[in-house]
Amino acid sequence: MKNRRRNTLFFIILAGTALCSVTLAGGLLYEGAAAADFAQKNLPPCPAHPFGTDWMGRDMLRRTLAGLSLSVRVGGLTAAVSAAAALVLGGAAAAFGGWVDALISWITDLVMGIPHILLIILISIACGRGLWGVTIGVALSHWTSLARLIRGEVLQLKGAPYLQLARRLGVSRGRLVKNHLLLHLMPQFLTGLILQFPHAILHEASVTFLGFGLSPEQPAIGIILAESMGYLTTGRWWLALFPGLSLVGAVMLFALAGERLRLLLSPATAQD
Amino acid sequence: MILAGKNLTFRYPRQKGPPPVDGVSLTLSSGERIGLAAPSGRGKTTLCRLLAGWERPQAGQVLLDRLPLAQYRGFCPVQLLWQHPEQAVDPLLRLGTTLHEAGPVDRGILDGLGIRNSWLERYPSELSSGELQRICLARALGPGLRFLLCDESSAMLDLITQAQLWSFLLSQAEERNLGLLVVSHHAALLERVCTKVVSWAELVESSTSPGTAGGCG
Repeated sequence: MKNRRRNTLFFIILAGTALCSVTLAGGLLYEGAAAADFAQKNLPPCPAHPFGTDWMGRDMLRRTLAGLSLSVRVGGLTAAVSAAAALVLGGAAAAFGGWVDALISWITDLVMGIPHILLIILISIACGRGLWGVTIGVALSHWTSLARLIRGEVLQLKGAPYLQLARRLGVSRGRLVKNHLLLHLMPQFLTGLILQFPHAILHEASVTFLGFGLSPEQPAIGIILAESMGYLTTGRWWLALFPGLSLVGAVMLFALAGERLRLLLSPATAQD
Repeated sequence: MILAGKNLTFRYPRQKGPPPVDGVSLTLSSGERIGLAAPSGRGKTTLCRLLAGWERPQAGQVLLDRLPLAQYRGFCPVQLLWQHPEQAVDPLLRLGTTLHEAGPVDRGILDGLGIRNSWLERYPSELSSGELQRICLARALGPGLRFLLCDESSAMLDLITQAQLWSFLLSQAEERNLGLLVVSHHAALLERVCTKVVSWAELVESSTSPGTAGGCG
């Protein structure tokens, strides 16, 4: 028990620190990331430029950090928006039932039925691409599975004898929601929120990589990877390797933190 | 006060077969203690849920002094003592929170039921069913209580605890003129506790007019 708690806390602190420092560093380095220095172009990794430089002499470490920072911010925003949408829609479907439930369940099935990438590309194009296009696209396509989970949970809670009893004992509706419903939904909500984070980052990067997302002058990981494709055959491996690895690293960190949080919050495995 | 269920018929959503409660009537007055014995699966628990206002009957109505039970807001004068105490308390809340959630419970009731202060710091999974059932009973015995429906409420307890709980409940019922409906398979308990024992068939017959056959055999 202590091991898992310590382990989870460690991962969450690590992920939180990484998130903050990357966002901060990316913000500070944003100006420098675009600075070209043609005297230093195409340098392989060296002490002055640990990640090397590109064909315009831009430092790849700065570009990668700025790109990750952008990804983390987009990921955080979209994960928060879609988790909140899932909570509201799933909760409303279960609480009201009837046609509200039918409508929300139908929309959920509809959004789930379309492949994510396709939906994000369509929404992104419709919203004029760029940062907001991708953000809206990812946010609008990622709430479905969490909404279903929350709907099921609320339905189950609605029938629970202890809630029926509390209501007949005169506990007010607001207190029922605050003391009972939210308390029971918190583990699913938190786990869903953290696990949505890496998903959102990856989708943002892949849509940008495909050319439907952020614009080329922005230092996004997807842009860096897409550009590096043209230079891989000329032997400039560092252009793709380090940005790619750091993206995988960031995503893994959040996936592992989310998985540990899920195990800790689930009563069946919390004491293992 | 009089609690009356009239011609109650109820079927759960998407349930097939005959309704578990079909044309059942029951009248319970303050101070009266009715015992009900019937085989398993006959609809005793469903009847209790209807009388306590947990479900709305598809036909018939539940009246408290000639007013529909659904009109009562806040603490309902008719309380159900659920047969599984571990389902009757929120597993994620400390019992102190659960106990006082709807308003503070009188110290005398806690002492009379032998509820220790240390229990209130714990979570439901850390207490036994008997201890949980005492907490449920203490909650139900709020000042607004007029009728208590005990659905197999002491089946999980040892005999000594049963005797303690029933003697406390009976003294409360006498003192406060409560009406009790006691559902149990235990004939000796019903004999001892109740002023009247009825069978399921009597409840169905009392509501069918002459000439029509009862829905539940």
